[in-house]
Amino acid sequence: MAMTATDTNRAGLRRDGHLEKLKLFGLSSPALLMVLVILVIPVGWLFYVSFVGADGQFSLENYARMIKRKSYFRIFMTTFQVSLLTTGICIVIGYPLAYFLSQLPSRLANLCLITVLLPFWTSLLVRTYAWLVLLQKKGLVNDWAISLGLWDEPIKIVHNMTGTLIGMVHIMLPFLILPVYNAMKAIDRDYLKAASNLGASPRKAFWTVFFPLSTPGLFAGSLMVFVLCLGFFVTPAVLGGGKVIMVSMKIVSNIELFVNWGAASALGVVLLVLTMAILWIASRFVNLAAMTGGGH
Amino acid sequence: MARDTTEGRPKLTQALPITIRNVTKKYGAVHALDDVSLDVQSGEFLTLLGPSGSGKTTLLMVLAGFTRPDNGSLKFGPDEVIRKAPHLRDVGMVFQNYALFPHMTVSGNVGYPLRLRKVPKPEAAARIERALDTVQLGGYGDRRIDQLSGGQKQRVALARSIVFEPRILLMDEPLSALDKKLRDRMQIELRHLHEKLGMTTVYVTHDQREALTMSDRIAVVNHGKIMQLATPQQLYDSPANRFVADFIGDSTFLPVTRKGSQVLYGDTVLMHSGALPDTPTLALMVRPERLRLAGADSADNANIFHATASEVVYQGDSYLMYARLSDGSEISLRGSIRGGTVTGLPAVGDPVTLALDPADTILIDGGDH
Repeated sequence: MAMTATDTNRAGLRRDGHLEKLKLFGLSSPALLMVLVILVIPVGWLFYVSFVGADGQFSLENYARMIKRKSYFRIFMTTFQVSLLTTGICIVIGYPLAYFLSQLPSRLANLCLITVLLPFWTSLLVRTYAWLVLLQKKGLVNDWAISLGLWDEPIKIVHNMTGTLIGMVHIMLPFLILPVYNAMKAIDRDYLKAASNLGASPRKAFWTVFFPLSTPGLFAGSLMVFVLCLGFFVTPAVLGGGKVIMVSMKIVSNIELFVNWGAASALGVVLLVLTMAILWIASRFVNLAAMTGGGH
Repeated sequence: MARDTTEGRPKLTQALPITIRNVTKKYGAVHALDDVSLDVQSGEFLTLLGPSGSGKTTLLMVLAGFTRPDNGSLKFGPDEVIRKAPHLRDVGMVFQNYALFPHMTVSGNVGYPLRLRKVPKPEAAARIERALDTVQLGGYGDRRIDQLSGGQKQRVALARSIVFEPRILLMDEPLSALDKKLRDRMQIELRHLHEKLGMTTVYVTHDQREALTMSDRIAVVNHGKIMQLATPQQLYDSPANRFVADFIGDSTFLPVTRKGSQVLYGDTVLMHSGALPDTPTLALMVRPERLRLAGADSADNANIFHATASEVVYQGDSYLMYARLSDGSEISLRGSIRGGTVTGLPAVGDPVTLALDPADTILIDGGDH
């Protein structure tokens, strides 16, 4: 009977559907397991340890210390200051560069993008030490500046805030340029033609049309740079010369010098929570998916 | 669209004529525009019609100032503008993809040219509303662009291009993204709008039907040259050359010979009423809908062709018949369908007699473009 045949198919088709979903889930299981093992468990552990006092009992002493001691407040302020400055300088340098790249013919633009990306493929440590060499008292930068007459005596541009910022801007720049460039490339050139046709001078067209349309990319890139800066360690440690203490460095000294896992964990938790809070606030203004290059 | 209520009233804007002289633009070795000269009259609706790559869009972009020609002169009214920056030209333009700013609302878009011209806010608001009313989008000012349908975007783009009352309006295939029904309606609406506003309008399209529907005059463009500039009817009924005849409407071309003042197809002398082009070769252009089926013993005062039906296609509102003439060339005939006609249609293989009135016997230059 025909009825029976279609009923058999109905059951079979449903089974096929279930099987397909199961297979898809199977594909993602290694990644899910990895996230669980290297993210969820350690972060949970971090939270747990941060609430354990020196005596091994539950305690809030790790957090209390942060509030009581002025030095902690200063460290957080430094961290935010360095991150904000780095982000600001990256915007000032990166936005015009991204704009320039976005106006080039695509073949040339790709070539230039590779040069922007090149630092990405070099070790962070190598780049940081390279800056140390370049910026030191008898380094290339001082030598050239003096011979060009820019300044008379070697000036201190490393082992301080200046050196830290130079190094961090260099490392963070691609994180700003790429999303901004993508956002700019997505802007239809007809928008600018339309603006011009309606009476906007090139400058006016830029500020009323091009810039507003590029801001999602600019927000995304700035946020990425800022958040990455908050947890930065290597560059400020090497180029700051101990004068620029950021949260990550305090975490290291808590463990290496004082073997205080509780204090280090609490710092980690606070940094994590602050970062999440910033991302959460930012997500109300920008599409975070744009940060990772997805979702337009 | 509401019927035009402005009849008798002065037009909203003072139109300007456009004078194009010897405009040339080369891309490498290719002439996008080859010494083009054209006069667009004040208040005229002129269409640039041509296949893709013909240069019609390049010409429009020269008018808007987005393409810099190699040479030539361009005047809006008495003023030479060929070197004028696009933002100083004060012409409205509707882009193919509308180019509505996605970060502004509908009234933000329509008000954009007014803000640039520093029109005071209350006046700007009134003008925005009036422009939106004109395109039948009154009350849509607060909508976001992505909330609009294709047809609505088209109207907003139009409102934005007329709100600052430019004296010249350019349109680059503005209806090509719309579905057929909407396109047909917008053609009529644009036509009415033009009658109402009266600005000199240059319209680019590759759709010959659209061009015939809307234009006062059509310039057929090919290979960067203007092949013919004429009214829709002149263009259809007396094309200047084979390219125009081929591009506008469907047609079949039959080789004919000239013998003194007579024109012969095979051994038959053709009756014709129009003038003969003064060219070495001639061709007979046959429009399918002007050809008709005649009885075998037809004593019509018409040119008669004997043929064999090779294909008969039923198309709902009409039928299309292909027939093979005795010299082997194929000719097509379109007839209307009324009750009972279908059963009376010839079958494939039947001998048919085709009649063409002298007035529809159009002889054109037989040379290849």
